[in-house]
Amino acid sequence: MPYNCVVCVKQVPDTKRITGEAMTPEGTVNRAALPAIFNPEDLNALEEALAVRELFGGTVTVVTMGLPTACAVLREPLARGADRVVLITDRRAAASDTLATSYILSCAIKKMKADIVLCGRPALDGDTAQVGPQLAEKLGLPLITYVEQLVGLKDGVLHVRRNIGNGWEEVSCRLPALLTVMETANVPRPPAVRRLMKTKKARCVAEVAKAVEDQMPAAAPEAKAAETKKRADELAKAGLLIEQWTLDDIQADLTWCGKSGSPTKVHRIQAVVLTGGEYHEYPPTDDGAAQLISALIEDHTIG
Amino acid sequence: MANFYTDNEDIKFLFKHFDMKRLAKLQEEDFRFAKEFDFAPVDEADALDNYERILKTVGQLMAEEIAPSAEETDKVGNTLNDDGSVTYAPGIANAIKRLGQADMMGFTLPYRFGGINCPQLVYTMSNDMVSRADASLMNVYGLQGIAETVNHFASEEIKRDYLPDMASGKHTGAMVLTEPDAGSDLQAVKVVAYQDEDGQWRVHGVKRFITNGCGEILLVLARSEPEISDGRGLSLLLVERGPTVKIRRLENKLGIHGSPTCEIYFDHTPAKLIGERQRGLITYVMSLMNGARIGIAAQGVGIGEAAFRVARAYANSRKQFDTAIENFPAVRELLVNMSVDVQAARTLNYYATFCVDLEIGSLKRIELPHVSDDEKKTLRKDARSLGRYNKMLTPMAKYYGSEMSMRVSNDSMAVLGGSGYMRDYPVERHLRDSRITTIYEGTSQLQVVAAIAGVVSGTAANVLEELLNRTWPDTVAPLIVQIREGVAIMNECIEFVKSQPGTAYRDLYARKLVDIALYLIVGTLFCDQATASDVKLAVARYWLTWRMPEIRSNRERIFSRNQSAVDDFAILAGPVPVSE
Repeated sequence: MPYNCVVCVKQVPDTKRITGEAMTPEGTVNRAALPAIFNPEDLNALEEALAVRELFGGTVTVVTMGLPTACAVLREPLARGADRVVLITDRRAAASDTLATSYILSCAIKKMKADIVLCGRPALDGDTAQVGPQLAEKLGLPLITYVEQLVGLKDGVLHVRRNIGNGWEEVSCRLPALLTVMETANVPRPPAVRRLMKTKKARCVAEVAKAVEDQMPAAAPEAKAAETKKRADELAKAGLLIEQWTLDDIQADLTWCGKSGSPTKVHRIQAVVLTGGEYHEYPPTDDGAAQLISALIEDHTIG
Repeated sequence: MANFYTDNEDIKFLFKHFDMKRLAKLQEEDFRFAKEFDFAPVDEADALDNYERILKTVGQLMAEEIAPSAEETDKVGNTLNDDGSVTYAPGIANAIKRLGQADMMGFTLPYRFGGINCPQLVYTMSNDMVSRADASLMNVYGLQGIAETVNHFASEEIKRDYLPDMASGKHTGAMVLTEPDAGSDLQAVKVVAYQDEDGQWRVHGVKRFITNGCGEILLVLARSEPEISDGRGLSLLLVERGPTVKIRRLENKLGIHGSPTCEIYFDHTPAKLIGERQRGLITYVMSLMNGARIGIAAQGVGIGEAAFRVARAYANSRKQFDTAIENFPAVRELLVNMSVDVQAARTLNYYATFCVDLEIGSLKRIELPHVSDDEKKTLRKDARSLGRYNKMLTPMAKYYGSEMSMRVSNDSMAVLGGSGYMRDYPVERHLRDSRITTIYEGTSQLQVVAAIAGVVSGTAANVLEELLNRTWPDTVAPLIVQIREGVAIMNECIEFVKSQPGTAYRDLYARKLVDIALYLIVGTLFCDQATASDVKLAVARYWLTWRMPEIRSNRERIFSRNQSAVDDFAILAGPVPVSE
C-alpha cells in the first residue's frame, strides 16, 4: 500500500564554518556571513521518505519556509528523487520563531494528504528540535522522536526503532504520524545526476522575477511581469516550476505568524567560556558516593 | 562536507584551464540531444555547469562515504563462496550501489542507454578522485570501457539488451583477456570460441587474473579461427554470468584487495559475437587501449594524491628535535618532489585524455549530417594526427602515472618513517596498491615500447612544436628557452639512436628517450598553465630545475654506445639460480 510522505526541510547557515561575524549586533544569526546549506539531518529525513517510497510506493513531497533563496534546499531533494517541492514564502512570516514556524508549516501540510510527516531532529542553527514536536501537536498527529530505523510498515501501522539516549525502544503507531529522524538513521543517497542536470533549472516565481529584474532593470513593470509570466509558464511546462505559497494560500491566521505569533524574544547573547575550577575527589566507596551525591544536591546539579 | 573535488586545487584549476567548451560541443554533437532528453545540456555553459556538478557529486561521495571504508575493504577483501559466487567487500558493494544511484556507472555512455554522456576527460577526473578514495574501487568503477566497447562495436540489439543495466550499476562487467600463457602476448590466447550445431556461439577454456571476473557481463577474447594462430584468429564475445561460468579461484594479492581478481573456467558457455569475427584483438581490444591506459594513469594519480596528502599533513604535525619535520630541507625536498610529481602525472594524463576526446569527437562529428565537406576534410586530418598523438601520449601517461604512484607512496612512507610502515596509517596500503599500476594494462616496459615509436618517428617533436608555437609572456619565456634546448637534445638523441644498426640499441635506450620527450611535454604544459597561475609558474620552474639535468644525463647515456646490458648479459647477470 502506497504512502504519501511530507518532509520538512530548512536552509541553515553552515555553523561549522563559523567566523567572527557569525552574529549580528542585535544578537541574531548573521545569515549573510555564513554559507547556506541543507540542514544535515533533514537529509536523513528525506532519505527515510525516499526509502519508504521505494519499498511501498507513494509520493515524497518536500516543504520549506523561507526567502526565495531557500529554493536551493528544494532543488536538492528534486535531484535526490522527491516528487514535489513547495516553498512557503511571505514577508509576513519573517521573524517567526519555532511556534509560528510550526503553525505555518501545519497550515501548509493540512493542504497535502500526508500519511507520514518527517522532520530532521534539530536544525543546525537554532538547535531547538522544537518544530517537529510542535508541528505534530498542531496537526494532531502522534509524534515519534529520535527515529533511528524503520522496522516495518504494514496496513497503515508503522513500526520504528527510536534512540532513547542510553539504548533504544521499538514503538508502533497507526498512521498518519510525525517522525523526527536522527542522523544515525541512514546515509543519504547521492543526487542522481541525470535528475540533477534537469532539476538544477527549477525555480519558483519569485526567483524568476528576480532574474528578470536583474536582466532588464530598465524595462517597464508590465514588461517585466509579462516576461516573468512567460518564463514561469515555460518552467511549468517542463515540470520545473517550484510551487510557491503565501500565507493566504494556506489560509494561515496572521496573528499566529511572524513577529506577532512568536513569543520567543532574544533577551541578550552571552559568550560563555567554560573554565576548569577546583575539584574534589571522593573515594570509590559507598561513603564516598553518598558524599558526592549530597555535594551535587547542595550544588543544585541534581535534585 | 568533505569533498575530493572542491578540496583539490589542481583538479579545479585544470577543469578551468582545458578547453572544456570545445569538448562539450563535440560530445553533445552541437547540443542536439537537448531536444530529446530534458536533462541534456542546451549549450556550452550548461554542459560545463553539469560537469562541475557531476564532479562535485563524485567528490562528495568519495570523501564522505568511500574513503572512510577503504581501510576495511583492504582488510576484508572479497570472498569466493562455495557455490562459485563472489561476495564483494561491504565497502565495494555499497560503493557500486551508490554510484548506480548517482547515475555514475554510465559515465560516457549515450543518454539513450541511461548514460550521462560525459567526455573522457571528466570521467578521468572522476577516476582520479575514486582512486584517491579507494584505489581498488577504481578497478570496478573504471571498467566502464567495457560498456563503451559494446556501444562502439556491438549490434543495436545487444546494446539495447545490455547497456541500460550497466549504466544503472545493476550489472558490472569484465574484460576477459589474460590466460596462463597469454599475458603481455595476447596473440597467444587459447580459449576457443565455436558455433554449435544450432549456430549458437560458445566459449570454452580457462582465463586468469580477470579483474571483476565475477561481474555479470563478460567480454571474452577467444580463438574463433583454430587455423589462424596469431591475433587475426581472435574474436570478442559477450558472455553472461551463469552456471557454465565458474569462478575457480580469487587471487591473493599484494594490494587492491577490494578488486576481485578471478580465475574463470568457461564450460562451453553460450556467448554472443561482438561485431565481426577475427577483429577481437586487432580492432576491438586495441580500441580499448587508450581508455584503459588513461584509466590506470588516473588510478596512479589518485593513489599519489592520497599518499602525498598523508605525508604533507604528517610532516606538518610531527615534531622531532623540537620542530615540525617539514622544516628540515631533506623532508621539504621529498614533499615538493611528491607534489610536483603528482601534478606532472595529472597534467600529462589530462592532456592525453583531452586529445583522446578530440580524436573521438572529430570522428563522431564527421558523421553528422549538417557538417560541411570542407569541415569534414579538416576533421579527418585532425583525427589522423590526433590518433598519432594518442598512440604516444596514452602510453606515456600510463607509464608516468603508474611509476609516479609508486615513487610518491614510497616517499610518503619515507616521510612517515616507522609509523608509515605500520598498518595504523594508510600509506602502506597506498604503496601496496600502487605496485600493480605499473604491471596491468601493459607493463611500464610495454608502455615504453608503445611510446618510443612516436618519439622516434617525430610525433613527440610535433606535439611539442604545436604546444610551443605561441607568444609567451616574459615570466615564462626563460623557461621556454630551456625547453627549446631540451628539444634540441631530444632530436640529437633520436638521430643518434636511428643511426645505430638494428633495433636493439633503440630498445635498450627507449626508456631514456621516452623520459626526455615526456619531461619536455610536461614542462611545456606546465609553462602553458604558468601563464594563468603563479603556483604553476613555480611548479614549472621547479620541474625544469629537476628534469633538465636528467635530460642531459640521459643524452650522455644514449650517446655512450654502451650495450653491455645486452652484450655482457651472461657475465653481468650471472648464472640462472638452481633451486635445491
